[in-house]
Parts: sequence; structure tokens; C-alpha cells
Amino acid sequence: MTAATTEATLRDRIGSGALALVAVPLRALFSAIDYPMRLVQRVVGVVGMPYLFLIPNLAFFGTFVVIPLFINFGFSVTGGTQLYLEDRPYVGAEQYGYLLDCENVTDVSTCREDRFWRSIYNTITFVFFQVGFLVIFSLVTALVLNRKIRARGFFRSVFFFPVLLSPVVVALIWKWILLRDGLLNAFITWLGGEKILFFISPTWAMFWAIFVSIWAHMGFYTLILLAGLQAIPPDLYEAAEMDGTKPSRVFWRITLPLLWPNMLVVIVLALIKGVQIFDEVFVLTGGGPGTSTLFIVQYIYETGFASQIQNFGLAAAASVLLGAVLLVLTLAQLYAAQRREAKAA
Amino acid sequence: MNAVRTFITARRDARAWHWTDVFTYAYLALGIFLMFGPVVWLALSSFKTQAGLVEFPPTFLPLAQVEVPVEGYDEPLPLFRVTMEDGSVRELAQIRRIGIVAQMIDPADPENVMRLPIADREPIREFSLAWKNYIDPLQKFNFVRYLYNSVFVTAAATLITLLINSMAAYGLAIYEFKGRNFVLAFVIGTLMIPITVILVPVYLVVTELGMVNSLWGVIIPGAATPTGVFLLRQYMLTIPRDLIEAARMDKASEWSIYWRIVMPLSLPALAVLAIFSIMWRWNDFLWPLIVLTRSENYTLQIGLNSFQGELNVQWHYVLAMTVVTLLPVTVVFAFLQRFITTGIASTGMK
Repeated sequence: MTAATTEATLRDRIGSGALALVAVPLRALFSAIDYPMRLVQRVVGVVGMPYLFLIPNLAFFGTFVVIPLFINFGFSVTGGTQLYLEDRPYVGAEQYGYLLDCENVTDVSTCREDRFWRSIYNTITFVFFQVGFLVIFSLVTALVLNRKIRARGFFRSVFFFPVLLSPVVVALIWKWILLRDGLLNAFITWLGGEKILFFISPTWAMFWAIFVSIWAHMGFYTLILLAGLQAIPPDLYEAAEMDGTKPSRVFWRITLPLLWPNMLVVIVLALIKGVQIFDEVFVLTGGGPGTSTLFIVQYIYETGFASQIQNFGLAAAASVLLGAVLLVLTLAQLYAAQRREAKAA
Repeated sequence: MNAVRTFITARRDARAWHWTDVFTYAYLALGIFLMFGPVVWLALSSFKTQAGLVEFPPTFLPLAQVEVPVEGYDEPLPLFRVTMEDGSVRELAQIRRIGIVAQMIDPADPENVMRLPIADREPIREFSLAWKNYIDPLQKFNFVRYLYNSVFVTAAATLITLLINSMAAYGLAIYEFKGRNFVLAFVIGTLMIPITVILVPVYLVVTELGMVNSLWGVIIPGAATPTGVFLLRQYMLTIPRDLIEAARMDKASEWSIYWRIVMPLSLPALAVLAIFSIMWRWNDFLWPLIVLTRSENYTLQIGLNSFQGELNVQWHYVLAMTVVTLLPVTVVFAFLQRFITTGIASTGMK
């Protein structure tokens, strides 16, 4: 037995030990439930049991997803600052009108709710660069990891590690580096440059918002692309090599077309996540300086929950509009996933 | 030595080094630096004293000034390396500093006080970990409470999620019943509704149920994950039907088939969901931020955020508590790395 396999079994043992820790008290609980459940089964019969198993989960879904989805419309067509719907006066499409009221859509300052439009334009800028570079870097990383390299598992986890960190932790790690007297400015002064106040400059703040979110999420998309790369039959490459095909041609003619379904999934998933950017940027920049990194979810959060007057109606209207965008993206995702599965089959 | 060299220079094939090989290893080296570097810097910084943190340029390792007890003084005095007028170098302790002049004494000869310009002295420092950064916030501030809240939310939510999701998955995987396809479509449909779209109405529901400002308001709304139902059902479909039929022959109740047969066989999928759920809950931010407004209910993430948002950020505490927050996830990852990556690669979810 080699050292590597011993280590693997050891790790498995620790893993199953952790599972046992959870499983033992659960087992006691479930056995206690068994007797009443027998009685229930006698009443409803085997035919009724699936419904019984489904009830808890569906009740949660219904209460916290489906019903809210409808209430959301209710909020978006009522005004006032009350939370309970019965206290809120009906205002029709006024909230939407308020959000969308612009003399000139390309000039945010002519809009009545300029913060909303600012957040939309910021989100578009963010998504454009973040998704673009995210996909490029994930692809390059996946291609590198797919080569015959030593310690591939280790390198894969290196790139994946930040994915597990909480957004607050991610933001604080980078904030600490980017402060006026932080590590990066120490490096810049060492090179002979001037200190840069990253969070005072709108361009730099946006740059770091994009950079940090790519840093945090790249590993996830790399993993999906790597799985796609490893599914490409190796004999295709062997055949190309025998024909003396140039590597660049192999990439454009074999790798990319066969990876395309996974690429599509990655792009759409990144779009869906990108449009909803909030956590790490909120902690990193707080939306600032000014409103230069204010994104749509932060706008909803602040309008509905964090401002002096909690404007639930406006927040709900904005989230309905966000939902519409996400619906389109989700349909695109379903389409992409279908292509991916069609390829796998 | 030879083995090390072969290891380092290992390449795709025996031919000469191609530029892509160089690029590959340069990229991987940069990757280690960029991905781990910031975390290592955080960990190192978290052990620096408050004075060490404001230093610019920063030192790499956490250093603290050496202090020596001197006869006749209650507090230990900081030690400096001083270049004397005649060019010799002595180690002296500083009593106090007045403008640009420092009153210094030799620890071995405490009677003789010297007045020296501060430009001539340099602090003597040694590697030292400021554990105070970790102990203080846990004692003085609410961080133990935050830690407890985070653990409670994560554990309770994961248990509830595993229970109700596996029940639903079992119902959908094992039985043929009226409306099954409808329920399935429903589950997949809810998969697509993120919390960001329904913040206001979920807040209303949680308020109606009296769960605002309680940890249950964080735990319950996200417990029925469609991801979990989907993942578990796909796995349960692979369990042979004969097993279940045989159990029914033996007069096993449906509940004990679920618990005694299907659940143990689904352990790998349950483990993946458990890991996901722990990650989701431990790192959750937006929803707790809305539901928890009283400080004693904060989770670690919310506590950390409010702590770093203060006017005078106490970075020495913030950094230490950030390390505390990332530690559990890092440990889980170190042990279950294979589980997590294969789980994500096969489901395409996180």
C-alpha cells in the first residue's frame, strides 16, 4: 500500500466519522417517528404516503417562494410605507411609472428616480466586464488544469478555494489589501509610484468590484469547464496529432466546439449571478464612492429596508423588473442546459 | 535530488520545452500567489498589534517591540538599538520620549539616564503573535454570541433541509402518483426564483409569522431548497426497486423504507447536500442582513459587516474575526475537497 492510498483511506475515515456524528442522533429521532407514521399509513394507505412525504417541503416552498411571488405584485401596485398589504392604498402602475419616469433614458440626471437608473447602468457595466473576463479566465484556467500537469488536484483546489469563502470575508480580505496604507499601495510606493486611493475613485472602485468578484467565483466556473474538457474523447486529439494539426487549430476546431455547451451554461449562469451582484461589493465599497458601484440589488435592499422611509412598493416594483430580466436569462439557461444534456446523451 | 528535478520539470511529453509548458507553470504559480496570497496576508496581519497594523510600509511578519523589565520601573520598557555618538551600537531601554529627544537607560545600569535624539534609535523587534486580537473581541464584544448564532443557524438549517428535502425527494423518486410531474415541474420552477426577487414579500411573511429578529427567520425561509430535492431525487432514482419491493413484502412501513433503506443508500448524495447547505448557511449575507436588526441576533457575517462599517474601524479585531469566520470553511474544504469539487462538477450548482 502506498502512502497516497493510506492518506486517502484516512481522509475517507475522517469523512465518514463526521457523517456518523450527524447520523446517530438522527437515527434515534427517526425511530421515534416510526410508530406514529405506521398509524398514519394505516389510515391513508400506501397511495396516500407520497403526499405525506411531500407536504413539509411543499409547504415551505409555498409559504416562502410561491405566495411571496404573488404578494410581490401586490406590493408593487400599492403605495405608502405600511408593511401589511391591507393598510396599503392601491396606486396602480404608479410605482413602475415613478421608476421609469425619465426625460432622456441615456442621461440619468433627467430621471425622477436617478438612483435606480444609476444602479441599472452600473449593473450593466459590471456584468459586461465581469462575465466577459470571468469566462475568459475560467476557460484559460480550465485549459491549463486539463494539461498533463503534476498535482492537478492540488491546483484545482487552489483555484477553487475562494469560492467557499463568504462574501464578507472575501470583501474584507481585499479591502485590507486595497486600503490607503495597504499592501498594494506599499508595493506601488516601493516601485516608485504614488499611493492610490482606490475607494475614492469611481473607476478604481468599479475595477476592484469586478476584480474581486471574479477572484471569488472563478473556481466554480473553472470546475464546470474542466468537467466539459475532460469529457472530450481523447482519440480526437490523438487523431489530430497524427495528422499534424496545429495546436491553435485543434483548439478552434475540436476543443471549443465540443466545449461550447458547457461554455453556454457558464456564460448564462455567470450572467444570472452577475445581475444579482450584491454581497461582496456592498461590503467592499458600500456602493460608493457616491453611487458609482451601486447595483440593482443594493438599490432594492436600500429602498425597501435600509433607508429612513421603507419604500416597500418601490422596492417590490424594482424587484419585479429584476425578476423579468432573470426570467429571460433563466429560459436561456434551460436552453443551454438542454444542449449540454443533449450532448452528453 | 534527481526525483525533485524530474518532478519540477515534468511535462506533457519528452520533447523539448514548448512555450505552452512555460506558460502553464507560470500561470499555476501566479494562481497560487493570487488565490492564496491575500488569505495568507490576512492571516499574518491578524496577528499584528494595533501599532504594527498602521505601520507603512507594512512588515511581512507580525512583529512586536521587545520589552524588558527594568529595576525601578513598574512597566516593562521598550528596547531600542541606539547608534551612539562614537559610532558604537548599544541596546537601551526607553523611559519616555519628549519631542525629538528620548530618555534612555541601559537595563543593566538603571541609574544612568541618557538623553538621545530619536533619529539615532531603532526599535528592536521580534516575531510575536498578538493573540489579544482574537481574545478581546470574543470577550469584550458580542463575537461569541455571533459565533454561536452562526453555528446554530448552520446546524439547524442543514438538519431541516436534509430532512424535508430527502422526504420530498423520496416521494418523487419512489412513488408513481397523481400530480407527480406537476410537483416536479413546480420544484424545478422554484429553482429559478432567487431570494433577491422576493425580498419584500418574504419579509412580510416572516413578519406575519413573528420571526423577524429571530434566528428562525433566517433558518426557515431557505430550508426547502429545490437544489436539494433535485439532487437527492436524481440519486434515489438509481436505487434498485427490488430492494423496496422486498421490504414491502416483509411488511416494512413506508416510513421505515424511507429511513432504513433509502436514506442509508443515499448517504453520498446527502453528504453533498449537507456540505452545500453548510456553505450556504455559514456564508449567507443578504437575507440575515434584512431579518436580523438587533445586535444580539447577528450571525458572524452580519456582525463582521457592522464591525467593519463603523466610523473608526478597529482593523486588528476585524482581521482576527475574519480569520475565525473563514477557518471552519477552510477546514471542511481541506478534508472534503474531493466531495465538494465532484459534487459541484456533477450537479453544476453551488
